[in-house]
Amino acid sequence: MQLPLWPEAASAVATEIDYLYIYLTVVSVVMSVLIFGTIFVFAVKYRRRGDEVPEPIHGSLRLEITWSVIPFLVMLTFFWWGAKIYFLNATPPPNSMDVYAVGKQWMWKVQYPEGQREINELHVPIGRPVKITLASEDVIHSFFIPALRIKHDVVPGHYDTMWFTATKPGRYHLFCAEYCGTEHSGMVGWVTVMEPADYENWLAGGGSSGTMAQQGERLFEQLGCSTCHLLDRQGRCPILRGVYGSRIQLSDGKTVLADDAYIRESILNPNAKVVAGYKPNVMPSFQGQISEEGILQLIIYIKSLGITTAPGAPTAAALATPQDGGKQ
Amino acid sequence: MSTVLQDPQTTETPNYLNAEYGWKSWLFTTDHKRIAVLYLISISVMFALGGVFAMLIRLELLTPQGDLVNSDTYNKFFTMHGVTMVFFFLIPSIPATLGNFLVPMMIGAKDLAFPRINLLSWYIYIAGALFALAAIVMGGVDTGWTFYTPFSTTYSNTFVITAAVGVFIAGFSSILTGLNFIVTVHKMRAPGMTWGRLPLFVWANYATALIQVLGTPVVAITLALVGLERAFHIGIFDPAIGGDPILFQHMFWFYSHPAVYIMILPGMGVMSEIITCFSRKGVFGYSFIAGSSLGIAIIGFLVWGHHMFVTGMSMYAGLYFSLLTMLVAVPSAIKVFNWTATMFRGSISYETPMLYAFGFIGLFTIGGLTGLYLGTLGMDVHLTDTYFVIAHFHYVMVGGMVVAYLGGLHFWWPKITGKMYPEGWGKFSALLVFAGFNLTFFPQFILGYLGQPRRYHAYAPEFQVLNVMSTAGASVLGIGFVIPLIYLLWSLKYGKPAGNNPYGAAGLEWTTQSPPTTFNFDVTPIVTEEAYTYSKKHEVEVG
Repeated sequence: MQLPLWPEAASAVATEIDYLYIYLTVVSVVMSVLIFGTIFVFAVKYRRRGDEVPEPIHGSLRLEITWSVIPFLVMLTFFWWGAKIYFLNATPPPNSMDVYAVGKQWMWKVQYPEGQREINELHVPIGRPVKITLASEDVIHSFFIPALRIKHDVVPGHYDTMWFTATKPGRYHLFCAEYCGTEHSGMVGWVTVMEPADYENWLAGGGSSGTMAQQGERLFEQLGCSTCHLLDRQGRCPILRGVYGSRIQLSDGKTVLADDAYIRESILNPNAKVVAGYKPNVMPSFQGQISEEGILQLIIYIKSLGITTAPGAPTAAALATPQDGGKQ
Repeated sequence: MSTVLQDPQTTETPNYLNAEYGWKSWLFTTDHKRIAVLYLISISVMFALGGVFAMLIRLELLTPQGDLVNSDTYNKFFTMHGVTMVFFFLIPSIPATLGNFLVPMMIGAKDLAFPRINLLSWYIYIAGALFALAAIVMGGVDTGWTFYTPFSTTYSNTFVITAAVGVFIAGFSSILTGLNFIVTVHKMRAPGMTWGRLPLFVWANYATALIQVLGTPVVAITLALVGLERAFHIGIFDPAIGGDPILFQHMFWFYSHPAVYIMILPGMGVMSEIITCFSRKGVFGYSFIAGSSLGIAIIGFLVWGHHMFVTGMSMYAGLYFSLLTMLVAVPSAIKVFNWTATMFRGSISYETPMLYAFGFIGLFTIGGLTGLYLGTLGMDVHLTDTYFVIAHFHYVMVGGMVVAYLGGLHFWWPKITGKMYPEGWGKFSALLVFAGFNLTFFPQFILGYLGQPRRYHAYAPEFQVLNVMSTAGASVLGIGFVIPLIYLLWSLKYGKPAGNNPYGAAGLEWTTQSPPTTFNFDVTPIVTEEAYTYSKKHEVEVG
């Protein structure tokens, strides 16, 4: 029988979390020993021996301040260290490679810009930041890789992102950590962390129906998007070349950054943000007619039509996908 | 005491238990003590039910495969365990039983300010509990006690609305109890019972009552919206119909985090009473313990977002919630330090309630310290929704609250029933609870750090050994809970008469006879001294 007491650590962040965990545990043990030890000593030393009635001690302001302020200062070190890691986790580096994962009762569907698709498996190379864009087809799930010490909820209606740089090849658990119904505990899989060369081999193998952008292009035509958004010359709707990453003037006077979330919303709820100069109620909603994976493919396709870097939107460049930039 | 020498079967003095007979005298009573007993019986039934679900969960987790029941059944087990334990045991537990019984007596009042509303709150509780039981009998609920959307509103095929209605109704019972306590403490104090002389148990219940009154309406609204969306597809939480699932979590935790303090504050109040009595010494830092209860009640409303660090909330919101979570730990720490200081140069004896108090300090301290892990942002990302969280909140809720409740129940059992429980069995089961509890939940901290997610019907095989330890501990813990049930019931008939004040405790409730008369005091007491004045009077009476 195995009795593991410490999880594997497969990234620099995981190791850092381990140090933080050790620090928290050392402080907790010291605090506990102090408190329990004091109580034990008092309980023995001042045990009742007869009918003595001890004099009360009403308190001491100096003591109260001491045992309020010192623990709080110690807690601030937890806060600081934890916040540092949290901020690091929140911002993927600009050179991250993209992976897209969709949670669906009860499986993880993973796709790569190169066109690879897999279920309940994730393959990544070591030494390279990986940014995962998370979407949910139904309820809230949570993408949890214990060996990397990261998790992120996958909330329907939103795109969430998480990132990591794995450092140690191996096969690690992938869990759904947010209760999602009947087979929640079956929504598990494996993360395979590989040497870069092995990863390239893996990426090259495996039958593929084209890159994500190509898959998106086929959808774009099947759903009839191209009729208006690429070929139309009557000005009923905006042409999507070079739209991605730009700042768009809306009919209500506001502007919006054309990012993944905006494109997704415009597909599902076209009247939510109408581009200035165009009428509402022209485009039908595709709510319920297209899967989250399909929407992601469409976004990658639109991205492949050209990226603009909007002024004041430094993240737009970071959103570019190096693998398929400028394709088609 | 003269009663010690008399045969209690034949020459009982009049008291609240024998003042009237028959079921009507109970179901239509307005005596806070009888209502406390009604609550005691009701919540014990719910605790037993929740305990049965807990045992079923632990049995299923004995093996990694998930082979005892199917997934749906398992999901219903943990949901019903959580719903019954949180809403129908933990939240009412100490306020509705010990609080109901003791708050009026401790401040020298004849009853609560609104005796009929007090009875009404019990009926409302029963109505809520019946809905929850109906949901179980009809086939159960599988959303988890947190009712997260859009699973609860759109995807679950179980009796969500029935259970939510039960919780919704029970909430009003909690609000009415809180309201009653607030008015009682403000208006019904005996002459001389100034705010600075209130027993700390009263302060704790007062702070709890503030949370009950201010927080509970929010969860009621939230569950009502869940019901509306589920029944009429009004888009509030489900993004497919225009809602926001994270909105639910903000609303739910805005109540349910303070609700944690509804559960633990009264337990802290019990601790202050027990520790002073069995140290035979005035409390150290009275105003800091009283003030920290209010501090917890206030800051407790500002930290709900720490349940949501991985939902994609803004990292700056994360900073705020993390920092305030550290701050809310300070008043809890203050209490622990002051209790410890109270024992300094005391005269400490180790009767059953004191053993529970030692257990409480140990387990609550561990529960509180592990809460800091979860309040630490980067750490929480790894630990949230794992068994670490389960272990943490059971250390607070069971190791803290249930242990305090048992300690308090033993402490005031002589007052409530007029009978002593068998001390040897009391000590034995207190030790059993402590050992069983640690064996059950300590391995779960390790499981959590290893990454076992919560609410898993089947789990990775390498987690089995720790799960087996946990299940073994749960069996010991279960026995530790059953033994007091047996000997406390036994003591009703065979227990030695307790006398007015078997522990030589200070406090107005100990100046009355045991059990007290219907109106508690023959003459309204006049208070001339601070709480816990052990050094001047209170000769030990051995009951």
